[in-house]
Amino acid sequence: MRAALFVTCLVDQLFPAAGEATMTVLRRLGVSVDVPIAQTCCGQVAFNDGFWDEARPLARRHLDIFEHADAVVAPSGSCAAMVREFYPMLLRDEPALMERAQAVGHRTYELSQFLVDVLGADDAGARFPHRVAYHPACHGLRALGLREQPLRLLGKVRDLEVRRLGGAEECCGFGGMFAVKFESLSSAMLDSKIRAIEGSGADYVTATDASCLMHIGGGLSRRASPIRPIHLAEILAAQ
Amino acid sequence: MKPSPHIDFDRNAREALGNEFLQRALRSAMVRFRELQAPVIAEIPEWQALRAYAHEVKLHTLGRLDRYLQQLEQEVSARGGRVHWARDGGEAATIIARLARGRYVVKSKSMTSEEIHLNEALERAGCEVTEGDLGEYLIQLAGEAPSHIIAPVVHRSKESIAELLSAAAGTPLPAEPEVLTAAARRLLRQRFLRADVGITGVNFAVAETGTIVVVENEGNIRLTTSLPRIHIALMGIEKVIPRVADLAVFLTLLPRAATGQRMSSYVSFITGPRRPGEADGPEEFHLVIMDNGRARIQADAEMRESLACIRCGACLDVCPVFERTGGHAYESEYSGPIGAVITPLYRGLRAAGDLPFASSLCGACGEVCPVKIDLPRLLLELRARVVRERGASWSERIFVRAWTWVMTRPARLGFAARAARMLQRLVRRRLLPLPYPFSRWTVSRDLPVPPARAFRDGWSK
Ligand code: SF4
Repeated sequence: MRAALFVTCLVDQLFPAAGEATMTVLRRLGVSVDVPIAQTCCGQVAFNDGFWDEARPLARRHLDIFEHADAVVAPSGSCAAMVREFYPMLLRDEPALMERAQAVGHRTYELSQFLVDVLGADDAGARFPHRVAYHPACHGLRALGLREQPLRLLGKVRDLEVRRLGGAEECCGFGGMFAVKFESLSSAMLDSKIRAIEGSGADYVTATDASCLMHIGGGLSRRASPIRPIHLAEILAAQ
Repeated sequence: MKPSPHIDFDRNAREALGNEFLQRALRSAMVRFRELQAPVIAEIPEWQALRAYAHEVKLHTLGRLDRYLQQLEQEVSARGGRVHWARDGGEAATIIARLARGRYVVKSKSMTSEEIHLNEALERAGCEVTEGDLGEYLIQLAGEAPSHIIAPVVHRSKESIAELLSAAAGTPLPAEPEVLTAAARRLLRQRFLRADVGITGVNFAVAETGTIVVVENEGNIRLTTSLPRIHIALMGIEKVIPRVADLAVFLTLLPRAATGQRMSSYVSFITGPRRPGEADGPEEFHLVIMDNGRARIQADAEMRESLACIRCGACLDVCPVFERTGGHAYESEYSGPIGAVITPLYRGLRAAGDLPFASSLCGACGEVCPVKIDLPRLLLELRARVVRERGASWSERIFVRAWTWVMTRPARLGFAARAARMLQRLVRRRLLPLPYPFSRWTVSRDLPVPPARAFRDGWSK
């Protein structure tokens, strides 16, 4: 099996360890991984904020770059959902592009989705001796329907204890520009999320998305909390 | 909320977040709704299929509205009812005020009548109006707007409700729910018996038979439609459905999504006025069918599905934004995700301010909506329209344009990343202020410390 890594701009620039961990996990499970060098950003930031004209060239680039891959794997449910669910909407006035978007979308997966649904693997061969709370990131959860996959993978990690997170399916309040446009609402949502994480008794909080973890992590750090954010890929890569 | 040229949702949200009572009341009411809804939804194995079916029926009907509305008019008329057409809220209010002029009116809960501020129009026409629904009655006593489709007084404490009812009853009442409900019932019963005109909304209007269907839990609609001599029902053009058989689906979806009930306590089917030989029912039945901006939305292919809404309130109950702002922050009868979608459509993009952006796009609303309205998609569409037609703020435009410019060439990204790392060092030494949007991020959150090397820096190896 061959797959192209869609590393996402956020992981590329701010959380490279999550990108490296994704490579490690995929390779360990026998996937040969390509990293198309020209990739940058899928355009979600602009698209979600209403700047569709600005997002379109980025979508076009993304399709050019990933069109020939058998499978595209991203350490992000949100960016995978952008390609799978939202490119067809963004590109609806250009039927040829939309068709290409649908084709690439069908082959684009979030990491846990790819591991469980495509490879049929729920054991990544990892060991992580810590207590972990899992936050289901919204786009993965609702746009991609990832309910079981991440938990099945976590369940197979040696010495890991999954702690129950109260109100797990409530949004952490990130939402791209929402976090700054409606800073007070976003912070209030983050506050509830952090209280739930603190109440879970976990040492780490994990998710499929670096964006939510950046938000949650920013709040934990501001409170000088000892709980650490960690990307799901990094747990699955740990041994 | 103070009036302003456009809805300032951010300011309203801050105000709501500062109100501790409101925060607690909303949280516990919304959690309670969700806890009631989840099990009765889970027990229907074909729930997803029913949602899809209801969505199809609604969109089918919305595609042929004129045909079904005509059929509805014929059937209502054939059964002795009178149909009135109203282009907008003003016309609808005028028609109803003319029919009710100078009379004593009881009115049951109806979002559509809130939309056109019917009570004011009736009072101007010399009518005395009483809201028959307990929650709406309290809202009327307080002179406020409802703050939730299903729970209009969710923003008020039992103490403040006791004050309202004590004043209405002319005797002090304790803040005990049972005592208060009993007192309200006594006050309302007298009024039902005296009323000449009953006004209701419409949940569904069946074209095939000319039947209007109204659901409720308190029995006040039953009284409103059977005691007074005249019954006037007000509906938006989108409330028509083709067949009686479809009600089986809608009446399964609505109460479960709205209040977590398997069935509403009262479901009234009203087909024309009292017929010869019947013991009760009004002598006159009037159906007012109102457009008020709906036809424009119907013609708007991308937004049409918003008219499928059956006003269950479920999208409000799961919305993390609504849970923290309540309904008044939306400055409209329609709040929560559906309000954020339709207020800009009814009032215009400029008047609605940043409402379409007041969502983290978590998708909880779209997942729960019993008629499968893709609310996050509609918000995204509106955002694109705002940027295209009204224009975003300067700071935002600069940020997004700079971002996309950088991201269209890997070389630019490499350069920008190095520049950002340098600038960040200057910011940390306080030699530079943090620019927008990062300045807003750090109000309550730390920024991540950028790693020494980006992932792409290691690709060449
Ligand atoms: S949009 Fe859907 S969930 Fe929201 S009130 Fe309307 S029918 Fe209910």
